[in-house]
Amino acid sequence: MQTSVKTKTLTMIQAITNGLDTMLEQDANVVLMGEDIGVNGGVFRATDGLQVKHGEERVMDTPLSEAGFVGAAIGMAINGYKPVIEIQFLGFIYPAYEQIMTHASRLRARTMGHFHAPIVIRAPYGAGVRAPEIHSDSTEALFTHMPGIKVICPSNPYDAKGLLIASIEDPDPVLFLEPMRCYRSTKQEVPDEKYVVNIGEGKVCREGEDVTIIAWGAMVPIALAAAKALANEEVSCEVIDLRTLYPIDRDIIAQSVQKTGRTVIVHEAHATTSVGNDVLAIINDTSFLFQKAPVQRVTGFDVPVPYFGFEDDYLPTTNRIVHAVQKVMNY
Amino acid sequence: MEKKYPIQQVMDEQGNIINSSYEDQISEQLAINFYKHLIKIRIFDRKAISLQRQGRIGTYAPYEGQEASQVGSALALQPNDWMFPSYRDHGATMTFGHSLRNILLFWNGRNEGCVPPPNKKIFPPGIPIATQLPHAVGAAYAEKRRGTTNASIVYFGDGATSEGDFHEGLNIASVWNAPVVFFNQNNSYAISVPIEKQMKTKTIAQKALAYDIHSVRIDGNDIFAVYFYTKQALERARNNEGPTLIEAVTWRYGAHTTADDPTKYRNQAESELKRERDPITRIERYLQNKGWYSDSTKIEFEKAAAEEVDQAIAEMEAFPKANPEDMFRYVFEKPTWGIEDQKNELLSVLRGES
Ligand SMILES: Cc1ncc(C[n+]2csc(CCOP(=O)(O)OP(=O)(O)O)c2C)c(N)n1
Repeated sequence: MQTSVKTKTLTMIQAITNGLDTMLEQDANVVLMGEDIGVNGGVFRATDGLQVKHGEERVMDTPLSEAGFVGAAIGMAINGYKPVIEIQFLGFIYPAYEQIMTHASRLRARTMGHFHAPIVIRAPYGAGVRAPEIHSDSTEALFTHMPGIKVICPSNPYDAKGLLIASIEDPDPVLFLEPMRCYRSTKQEVPDEKYVVNIGEGKVCREGEDVTIIAWGAMVPIALAAAKALANEEVSCEVIDLRTLYPIDRDIIAQSVQKTGRTVIVHEAHATTSVGNDVLAIINDTSFLFQKAPVQRVTGFDVPVPYFGFEDDYLPTTNRIVHAVQKVMNY
Repeated sequence: MEKKYPIQQVMDEQGNIINSSYEDQISEQLAINFYKHLIKIRIFDRKAISLQRQGRIGTYAPYEGQEASQVGSALALQPNDWMFPSYRDHGATMTFGHSLRNILLFWNGRNEGCVPPPNKKIFPPGIPIATQLPHAVGAAYAEKRRGTTNASIVYFGDGATSEGDFHEGLNIASVWNAPVVFFNQNNSYAISVPIEKQMKTKTIAQKALAYDIHSVRIDGNDIFAVYFYTKQALERARNNEGPTLIEAVTWRYGAHTTADDPTKYRNQAESELKRERDPITRIERYLQNKGWYSDSTKIEFEKAAAEEVDQAIAEMEAFPKANPEDMFRYVFEKPTWGIEDQKNELLSVLRGES
């Protein structure tokens, strides 16, 4: 018998608020920290109403001091709390980069498990919303490169809530990337209750036979649109949403590319030294002999994420993906 | 500490000069020039907000209320000095000679907006908070090492004083005795966070004490105080007497940016009451007291400013569309093979080739 689950139709940002609210209710050690997250409810309203509901000690406005509050969160985490930090935009995480790189990520290793830093750092990221300069970075690879932190990137409301809860419950530091472009672009049924989407598991969002398109974050809807366009040309694309960028779901990649034999990787981050290149390495390691064509990558370019005057040229488009798929088909 | 750092005024709210030591330095011409610039940057600001509302530029950061701080400090500079603005200081940059068209292009998402006119040493607006402070120190120190008397001024808000870069910048400037003026506009808010939640100290000026550098707290709505205290700080810098931290106490009536809603965290009716201390009203009162004011001059200044701004808007809107090749052109002096490949690939897709 199926028990009926109460759901609400939510945008991604509402699903995140709902996830934070759920965890504030369920775990007294969870505290939210960040700039403007209290009275203002965060610049994207992710924490809207949560300070009124849970109080200033649970939902803390911090001084404008990323190194300060990420460092302090590490201190709180080793002393019993579970800080969930909001960085206003990923492009402003760099003052805290030292704390993340030299402390959060390696604390467990340095102390042979004696200390660890179960913090979650949420950061809106990515281009395509006409934000001012530096607000649109997608520098996930800076973080996946560092052993000791997990990196998550949901693309829809349901996954966002489930992955956020999984991240808060995870005993290791997690960077939780929120694609701004997806914040309000779609709505989905999201369970009211607590549930998790497992870290490290990708998802097949569309099944297909000819080509595997691997994407994450704001590129998932673009990849799906390309797959739809290609269906008219009788090319059947399988689309995978990676969801976790570290550790990557190796099995889902291997299974799909062994079935289709052709792969296109899509991400908006810069091409060089990217997560996409790690996906390529996984394909090489697991499925080399199944490949019918060299893997294509459709990515942001090796240029600073430009101001919005160039943004449409910078970001991967369905058109560029279609091109890449045609290349692997016609190889 | 508040007593140790009283707010210095030259002119009171009614436009009377209360610090007579500056009186003979204020000519009619000087005062009228201040007035003209104040009017211009206010007209620009209001126009930019309306452009944003019409979707003709992107998100914009307004400064209405802070005009005296920006104009007074910018006019205190010498043409060869350096300016390091934050995103809210285009009033200062245009007073110092930045092109209005390029300022508008910046807010319209174009890199051209970061390019100052030839021979103007204006750094691009600081977007990550407080990161521009150490740059100003370095540029100033380089001038000193080269044996010039040029100085740097760097702008930042109250919130910026919580960042490490603020403290590191002040410390290095102190150790190197760099000819730099740290110009803080304390408008009491960092987006929604009021100053009481940002810092426990009652003043920003006192933070200089720890670094053993000179500081002063001034009325940032009093253009004469801003001008003369900034000038003094710059003279100290040129005379190798070291850096100064200026805390200009001011107010921004409107939103943090056009993407923000101030009613969520601040009583806007109370904010409007601050207009009684408005920097432009104040100098108008001064000019009236002196018998130097006339409605026709005001109208003439407003008209000239509106025309200049409209002209800049027309130029901004007539500016050629962003050329995708430019995105690749300036990353390195010579593009790497990867960048060349990526450029060619994009161009061929845009041309519809396969
Ligand atoms: C390092 C960094 N963190 C966060 C932000 C987002 N942000 C932009 S402006 C701002 C508040 C700045 O306040 P203040 O320094 O007082 O200057 P004001 O805007 O009031 O002029 C914040 C938090 C940023 N730009 N940079």
